Amino acid sequence: MSLLTVSDLAIGFGGIRAVDGVSFAVQEGEIVSVIGPNGAGKTTLFNMISGLYTPDQGSVELAGQQVTAMAPHRLAARGLSRTFQNLQIFPQLTVLENVMTGRHLQEKPSLFADLLSLPSSRRKTRETEATARLLLDKVGLGQAAALEAGTLSYGGLKRLEIARALAAKPRLLLLDEPAAGCNAVETEEIDALIVAVAGEGISILLVEHDMKLVMKISSHIVVLDQGCKIAEGKPAEVSRNPKVIAAYLGSEAGDDAAA
Amino acid sequence: MAELLQFLLSGVTVGAIYALVALGFTLIYNASEVVNFAQGEFVMIGGMTTAFLSAAGLPIWLAALLAILAAVLIGIALNKLAVEPARGAPVLALIIITIGASIFLSGTAEIVFDKQFHRFEAFSGDAPIEIGGATIVPQSLWVLGGAMAVFAGLYLFFTRTLMGRAVLATANNRLAAKLVGINTGFVMTFSFALSAAIGALAGVLVTPITFTSYDVGVGLALKGFAGAMLGGMGSPPGALVGGLAIGLVEALTAGYISSDYKDAAAFIVILGVLFFLPQGLFGAKQVERV
Amino acid sequence: MRLSPKHATLLLLLAILALAPLVFPSSFYYRVFALIYVNALAVTGLVILLGFAGQVSLGHAGFVGIGAYASALAPMHLGLPPLLALVFGALLSALVAFVIGRPILRLKGYTLAIATLGFGILVSMVLRNEAWLTGGPDGVAVPALGLKDGLKGLGLKLKTSELWYWTSGIVLLFGAWLALNLQHSPSGRALRALHDSEVAAKTLGVDVARFKLKAFVVSAVYASISGSLLALMNGFVTPEVAGFLHSIELVTMAVLGGAGSVIGGFFGSVLLTALPQALTFFQEYKHLLLGLIMMLVMIFMTEGLVPSLQRRLFGRTS
Repeated sequence: MSLLTVSDLAIGFGGIRAVDGVSFAVQEGEIVSVIGPNGAGKTTLFNMISGLYTPDQGSVELAGQQVTAMAPHRLAARGLSRTFQNLQIFPQLTVLENVMTGRHLQEKPSLFADLLSLPSSRRKTRETEATARLLLDKVGLGQAAALEAGTLSYGGLKRLEIARALAAKPRLLLLDEPAAGCNAVETEEIDALIVAVAGEGISILLVEHDMKLVMKISSHIVVLDQGCKIAEGKPAEVSRNPKVIAAYLGSEAGDDAAA
Repeated sequence: MAELLQFLLSGVTVGAIYALVALGFTLIYNASEVVNFAQGEFVMIGGMTTAFLSAAGLPIWLAALLAILAAVLIGIALNKLAVEPARGAPVLALIIITIGASIFLSGTAEIVFDKQFHRFEAFSGDAPIEIGGATIVPQSLWVLGGAMAVFAGLYLFFTRTLMGRAVLATANNRLAAKLVGINTGFVMTFSFALSAAIGALAGVLVTPITFTSYDVGVGLALKGFAGAMLGGMGSPPGALVGGLAIGLVEALTAGYISSDYKDAAAFIVILGVLFFLPQGLFGAKQVERV
Repeated sequence: MRLSPKHATLLLLLAILALAPLVFPSSFYYRVFALIYVNALAVTGLVILLGFAGQVSLGHAGFVGIGAYASALAPMHLGLPPLLALVFGALLSALVAFVIGRPILRLKGYTLAIATLGFGILVSMVLRNEAWLTGGPDGVAVPALGLKDGLKGLGLKLKTSELWYWTSGIVLLFGAWLALNLQHSPSGRALRALHDSEVAAKTLGVDVARFKLKAFVVSAVYASISGSLLALMNGFVTPEVAGFLHSIELVTMAVLGGAGSVIGGFFGSVLLTALPQALTFFQEYKHLLLGLIMMLVMIFMTEGLVPSLQRRLFGRTS
């Protein structure tokens, strides 16, 4: 049984088919990358899988259970976590607090206990803080814990989102262009981080433009263009596929590759 | 039957005023994405200033003109001093600023004028006109005519003049408008001036019927806003339809249900719209992009 | 010894509560400060809703009105002793908030502001119109709490104004303590997270709708108790207590001091309650000045007075 099965997902916005009948699967322990030119529908696909958009058709199964259009907070409870292409950190919270929010599901807060600062509430905060600090160290932000999140560098913010998503102890982590907009050094750091995370057994679904990284770490690649899946397979196969080359570089290059 | 007609007529009359207030909201919202809670104060300024100037001896047409001018100047000052400096501020800050402006203006009116109700003479007398068993006063026709003239004039302005199209362009995409050379700052000022003028005109038209006082602004703003939301925030035809609808619902509620709660009718309608049709009747559906 | 912000705030409030009477020129000031504390209580509830969770409510005086009129009417119509009437008011407010909160909190920004505004206006309309129950626009008298006599029985003799000073001050302290506890607790983090990004909070497992509702209900209870205390203190209530202007004053107090902090809300309450008192002979200018303050603070100090001053003086926000 696959961890994630996407079947025939499609959605349109005002006449434009952003995603049109896409199907693929992610097995436990895999790193699957979704690539494609800009506008191919990758983030839209993510938004459907993570419950932010309701698909017009198709289904999403997580660990064998139907989760199509399930509310995001319930998906999180089933082990799905994600980062955002355009960063959705909590700017007014500190760096540490950002990661601490990731432990919300494990904390199971009680309003009553929290208002009265009962021992159970304080214990939860202590444990969460400890875990969050470990995660911040792991992503290299340990020193920045007390800073207001909005003051971090762009690369730092990207790593912060990953730490926060990890705090939720996901089985499947969706990373939406985790290295977008980062310079070469920042990209290297994030790449290493992804590999480390995958090494801990978390399955990853990755949208990325950095082909070096994608080819290096992916078990499996899905290629989208204009909302449709045009190719799928191991990195080596995909990189030689004429349709893929055509999508990225233009049809002449594709013809050359086919020849 | 005559009773229903009576309610419909009074509903349409007061609805025309709400439509004008709603139009004022729409213009400013389109130019700056700000909801100007002080919109109702322009109506108050129009009515009160005309009443006082005409009581001081000026002919009504002159008093009205000066009143509208005063409102325009206040509208421009509001934009320059309160709204523009706060560009980009969070929504809550803008809400508080414009509500603060509303309270400031009505507080000032309280002192400059007084706390009484006022009116001035209707334009063409008070002799009621009979229509199918219902009666309206001639001033109602002035209100309806004036509102139609404003909406028609604005329609022509937006579609036929260069300035009008500049305003529309700014509303649509501020940055793009700037890049093609439109002076968006001027467009903002112009929109405030126009909204103030329209509001003041509404005040001038309706005061002979409903009287005015220093604190009518808030209620008018809320109902005008309800009309603008009902029609779809940012849509001038929506403002017309929405304002009229609110007026009709209010009059029918007052007539058939309870006149104590007629003011609540507008809110109940607006709550219904917000839950079932958040974009209003003519607005565009918003999709959150992540 | 480093003080956490929470303890610093509580200590400051305690200090003000304990020490202020030492500098009062007359017993009239007991009354003014009692009023400040009662307002600050409602504002603290708003800080939870507005400052923590980021949900604007322009109709919160509606809940103040429910609490105030519960204190006025429940003893008469339901035979409840004044203390139970206060509890009844709080429960009623919580129920109303729970029922209307679900649909209303699905809205955001201007639409949420208008919806809450509508709620506040509806409450004050009902209070004004249903004169058979509420005494109409002229208001109704409130049966006394009987604290003074109760304390006399214990050998403590206090003037009424002093009594209300300490009562409202202690209730405020308790309310502030609860709010400060919440701020850095798991629930508080969930609220503050959804304030900054609802989308991200959802994907982390926060049931955003449920937490917004919790904040709404809690803040309604704060407002209700504040209203009950106000009614008991004045011995009289009028529908204005639930009116639009009062709602705006409360929001302004919350935002004036910096919407995110309990202490900011307290100072906002001080400013906006003390000012009209100080300018009693300028009663007519009250609205003009209120409007002016609202505009000036929001234009020049968008984050509110306390954070802006903190930034200017210390170069940081806490």
